[in-house]
Amino acid sequence: MGDVKRRRIDELAARAGQVPEGEGGVSLTRSAFRRLRRDPVAIIGAVIVVTFLLVALFAPWLAPRDPLAQTLLSQIRPGLIPGSQEGFPLGVDNLGRDLLSRLIYGSRQSLMIGVVSTVLGVAAGMALGIIAGAFGGWVDTVVMRFVDILLSIPGLLMAISISVLLGQNQYALMIAIAVTQVPIFARLLRGSMLVQRGSDYALAARALGIRKRRIVFGHVLPNSLSPVIVQATLSLATAIIEAAALSFLGLGDPDLARPEWGAMLANAQAFLSVRPELAVYPALCIIVVALGFTLLGESLREALDPKFRR
Amino acid sequence: MEHVLRFIVRRLLQLIPILLGLSVLLFAWLRALPGGPAQAALGERATPEAIARYNELFGLDEPLIVQYLRFLGRAIRLDFGTSARTGRAVTTEFLERMPGTIELTIFAMIFAIGVGIPLGYLAARRHGSWLDSTSVIGSLLGVAIPVFFLAYLLRLGFAVELGWLPGSGRQDVRMDATRITNFYVLDGLLTREWDAAWDAVLHLVLPAIALGTIPLAIIVRITRASVLDVVNEDYVRTANAKGLATSTVRRRHIIKNALLPVSTTIGLQTGLLLSGAVLTESVFAFGGVGSALYDALFARDFAVLQGFILMLAIVYVLVNLLVDISYGLLDPRVRVR
Repeated sequence: MGDVKRRRIDELAARAGQVPEGEGGVSLTRSAFRRLRRDPVAIIGAVIVVTFLLVALFAPWLAPRDPLAQTLLSQIRPGLIPGSQEGFPLGVDNLGRDLLSRLIYGSRQSLMIGVVSTVLGVAAGMALGIIAGAFGGWVDTVVMRFVDILLSIPGLLMAISISVLLGQNQYALMIAIAVTQVPIFARLLRGSMLVQRGSDYALAARALGIRKRRIVFGHVLPNSLSPVIVQATLSLATAIIEAAALSFLGLGDPDLARPEWGAMLANAQAFLSVRPELAVYPALCIIVVALGFTLLGESLREALDPKFRR
Repeated sequence: MEHVLRFIVRRLLQLIPILLGLSVLLFAWLRALPGGPAQAALGERATPEAIARYNELFGLDEPLIVQYLRFLGRAIRLDFGTSARTGRAVTTEFLERMPGTIELTIFAMIFAIGVGIPLGYLAARRHGSWLDSTSVIGSLLGVAIPVFFLAYLLRLGFAVELGWLPGSGRQDVRMDATRITNFYVLDGLLTREWDAAWDAVLHLVLPAIALGTIPLAIIVRITRASVLDVVNEDYVRTANAKGLATSTVRRRHIIKNALLPVSTTIGLQTGLLLSGAVLTESVFAFGGVGSALYDALFARDFAVLQGFILMLAIVYVLVNLLVDISYGLLDPRVRVR
């Protein structure tokens, strides 16, 4: 709820698809892409994101060791976890598993949680937004009331309730994070579709007698997408951080063998005074990836949004 | 004045469907849990007979709509049953712990606002300087760092290693302080037990910094962006052109207008903190609502979870309502709709 909160989402939506001046002859997408390529912030963000995606993709080739093998278990004593040494550049975790390999493999799980939950959240939010934005009238009212109720529950509390409901597994984790994102996307898309529906080209299309479905899906929707794309990029960062928080609350993946940054970080808190590196490295991974998505999202916003154009 | 009142009344009326919707969601939530409310109340090892007896006793074998109305009736009287773990009334426990969370939120917001607004303002005025870049990077990092990790780092650094500040609880357990309101700092001031008040303040420092970091980052960003916007406005140029003193332009034209978006951010963030202190409080074993929620989560104490989440959501909704109303008072354009 919160009129202010809703208004803020609507403001973002209202700026979608405004045509920039003095760039005639070049498609909006291409001109946005051109601006993006010249923006150093966007490049840094993209490099970070692509690097981590490649690491996740090629984890089996990059990781020096098996992330599950408890190779150095025999060296571990209470209050002693061996650090960096020959063959183990970052040392091992509390069960004697190579930390570097676990971080590399962990990128797979963490990025997947981020991507899957964001895709789910965007899809469900967009479906609601399209229904509300395309039909208007009482359908809009009903859908938006529901969305307002979802918005009135603070994200973390909602994620907690849903994880508790669905039980402790990685899919529940993704769904829980996805649900917290649904209302934002629904409201965003609906708002920007309303703006587009009132635009001259939509009116022209209607005057030409084009069918409603074609106007909505062929004209209004494509032009309403840019705030959604921006928000989705930013949400990837939030999703990964939120996954770590849920892991910390004991709602993460119960399979502790499967490396995942959030779970590694949560698990390492118990050994913080013995070897803080166990927490620091996964935390750094989370921070850097979140930063990468945020930088990319912010510069996307600047590239797509005429108001930010300088 | 009349239209302001009408605005407030309308906003209050809009609360009703939201609160009803919330109650339906949480009612459905408890019913949808494996085993349902009986299992939730009796614990995971309850026998089927016990569950059947419980269902009969509490009318859980009746139609859902009857059950919902009964739940609603109790919810309006703030009766959410008793905790399976401590056997105490959920509402009592909530009210006992809420002052701690409110105190923590206030201190966190003092930290976030006190540092955030000056920093954002200076960053904007020295646009492009090292201070500007540092605060931009800092505010990006502040949002990216997992809160509980930051909390652990602060605790390890300043409480465990350096020993400068206490790292857990709300007050030294040896301190035999008198309780009046359960706001420990306030209690200390009221009873003139200065050392107790000071001790409570010290206990608040680290959790408040951890909790305040995200709002700090957001406030710096919004202040900076908003000051940059306002500085380029025509009315600022006019004010400068007609020869007003720089300090007058700064105070009357720049800061006053730039703080409008900041004030809403502050309001929204306060609402989030009141409800979102779960992570910070549990790291510092702070004894507020958040750490109780954390304990209930691990004990799967559903009565507490349901009651606390509903009451926190209500607090959140009410704080947002206050933000809306104050925003309506600050900015007359909003009231028109």
